[in-house]
Amino acid sequence: MRRILAILLENEAGSLSRIVGLFSQRAFNIESLTVAPTEDDTLSRITIVTKGNDKILEQIVKQVNKLIDVIKITDLTERSHVERELLLIKVLAMNEKSRSEVMRITDIFRGSVIDIGKQVYTIQLTGNADKINAFITTLANETEIIESVRSGCVGIARGEKALRIKQ
Amino acid sequence: MTKELFSGAELVVKALSALKVKYLFGYPGGTVLDIYDALFRQNDVEHILVRHEQAATHMADGFARSTGEVGVVLATSGPGATNCITGIATAYMDSIPMVVLSGQVPTGLIGDDAFQETDIVGCSRPIVKHSFNCRNVVDIPNTIAKAFYIASTGRPGPVVIELPKDILMPQYTAEYVFNADVKMRSYNPTVTGHHRQIKKAVQAITKAKKLVVYSGGGVIIANAAELLTELVEKLNAPVTNTLMGLGGVSGTHDNFIGMLGMHGSLEANKAMANADVILALGARFDDRVTNNVKKFCPDATIVHVDIDPTSISKTINAHIPVVGLVDIVIKQLLVELEDKQFTVNKAENQLWWQQIEQWRAVNSVSYDQTGDKIKPQRVIESMYKATNGEAYVCSDVGQHQMFAAQYYPFAKPRQWINSGGLGTMGFGLPAAMGVKLAFPGSHVICITGDGSIQMNIQELSTCLQYNLPVVIISLNNRSLGMVRQWQDMVYGGRHSSSYMESLPDFVKLAESYGHVGMQINNLEELDEKIKQAFAIKNRLVFVDVLVDESEHVYPMQIRTGAIDEMWIKKGVKA
Repeated sequence: MRRILAILLENEAGSLSRIVGLFSQRAFNIESLTVAPTEDDTLSRITIVTKGNDKILEQIVKQVNKLIDVIKITDLTERSHVERELLLIKVLAMNEKSRSEVMRITDIFRGSVIDIGKQVYTIQLTGNADKINAFITTLANETEIIESVRSGCVGIARGEKALRIKQ
Repeated sequence: MTKELFSGAELVVKALSALKVKYLFGYPGGTVLDIYDALFRQNDVEHILVRHEQAATHMADGFARSTGEVGVVLATSGPGATNCITGIATAYMDSIPMVVLSGQVPTGLIGDDAFQETDIVGCSRPIVKHSFNCRNVVDIPNTIAKAFYIASTGRPGPVVIELPKDILMPQYTAEYVFNADVKMRSYNPTVTGHHRQIKKAVQAITKAKKLVVYSGGGVIIANAAELLTELVEKLNAPVTNTLMGLGGVSGTHDNFIGMLGMHGSLEANKAMANADVILALGARFDDRVTNNVKKFCPDATIVHVDIDPTSISKTINAHIPVVGLVDIVIKQLLVELEDKQFTVNKAENQLWWQQIEQWRAVNSVSYDQTGDKIKPQRVIESMYKATNGEAYVCSDVGQHQMFAAQYYPFAKPRQWINSGGLGTMGFGLPAAMGVKLAFPGSHVICITGDGSIQMNIQELSTCLQYNLPVVIISLNNRSLGMVRQWQDMVYGGRHSSSYMESLPDFVKLAESYGHVGMQINNLEELDEKIKQAFAIKNRLVFVDVLVDESEHVYPMQIRTGAIDEMWIKKGVKA
């Protein structure tokens, strides 16, 4: 089962490597991982998408929690949440027909063209993984994909629920 | 008034002395010479110069296991630090409080593949509780305070601090700011059991008809042996200890049914398999206990008390998990039992004990001393008698370790010092040295074999330098006994690389290091000579006992079987 884990940890040298090391050491799976400091720059927030049954997930959560740098971990998939991923994709747009087709698809998916070259368009799209996969597949049917990069998933709980330190 | 300023190296030593560190086990080298210079100029912290850094970690470990204090190691960068890896892993697996101070090349050279540069924080990451890259002089004292706090609280473990040479040198100085009262927002171990879980646990315990208490190293670490004994007596329950938990109750207590697991007693493993409630206290359902997890104790309700939530339901699902320090939780259990006015149901309890006595009657932990060759088990019994069962027994890894665990009933916690988790050969001698430093007036034994002893034998030299008269008893079977046993049982008797050709003359070897060497080759003189060895008070005695090389450790769980499926002796199943 796919899970999205949000981790709040001390923004210190080496704390990311402890998380990554833990996953490889204990043969846990990482599908995607994103990390950045939070509005409080002493803290970092990591989002990890992983797969595993309940038993494995329980171990992952406990093992991550056990790391000294980690302040909190939560499984966003346990309750209602919003998840987003960012895609930047460069595709071939050689002629009028392919340019308009790429534009049309981009509009339908509510993406935007953020850069244009002589023969290429660079498009930005946000959404969940499903939407991004669908967009990439549709584009690939119309034109050639030159390069793409995905941010990996970030997520946040709906409503009042928040992952933060008690003040 | 001008503020007093200190070099980083001086700050290291000041912090260690503030933390009341008595011994620092280490080996000098380029990047830590400033610390050695600072050590030279003070008298609070005594440095013990080992002959190999691995031994420094094991000495610190033995010191920590026997005293409950943090063991402290100092090593230089590069090879000095990497030599510590096995000792750090050993401490990690057995939850031993240890702080390792490692030198590093100067900050400006880090990442350049400088001479004797290794990323020791990176190398040790999977085997430490935590680690620090210290980068500023001013941070040194409080980083050390934090390291001690982390190493010694919660589930203890090793902490590594990397100190680059430049921040130790006299040209950079800082004030000494030290705060031993560490608080961290990201680290607050739960120490008290949740009251609802305590209630549930007591409910299960009081309903049990066939209760077993299964206790591990956590009871030793938490100094909870007396409480455990009180609980066991109150419940009149059978109690079994893991290899790490021996001494948690006295080995001669009526309720003690022996060690459990791979080489545990039949009655311990049978009791576990037939229990309706298992109360696990500071034990972690290790694979050397459970055997096949799929067949593990199907009828038992499992109450699992542990300080580390990751240990709970990792291998075996716990029905009633209780996170907390085992001493505190046992107190809570005792209070709750008192509140419920618990009394033992005599009829049910008696029935259960009758069953256990039948298993006990098999006398599964026994051997046959026939023929001229000395049986290794017999040697353990002899050393038990010679020391009135009061010695610290520090073991290496292999058959001798199992024989010692089986045939030396430990009366007290911290008396049995062994590498149970990692199984580190070469652990025994340096660990014994650490114990001897802590308890110079007690008998300290290193029980070992001809294989293990050679993995850190260089420390005989350190023993001479610091006058550490441990008694080394080597069960010399001219082979790697445990490997050989598996080859006999599983690999058709093909002894691939498991016997030791060209062994040294251990007596002469001991003598060349300035110690007393003794060889025993005759059953009739065994007891007398062992007694003599312990009568020599101020010199290290190396006792080389030639034992029967064909002896196997029994009982032994049958691979892939349930916990209680065992070989009792060669070819005889329980």
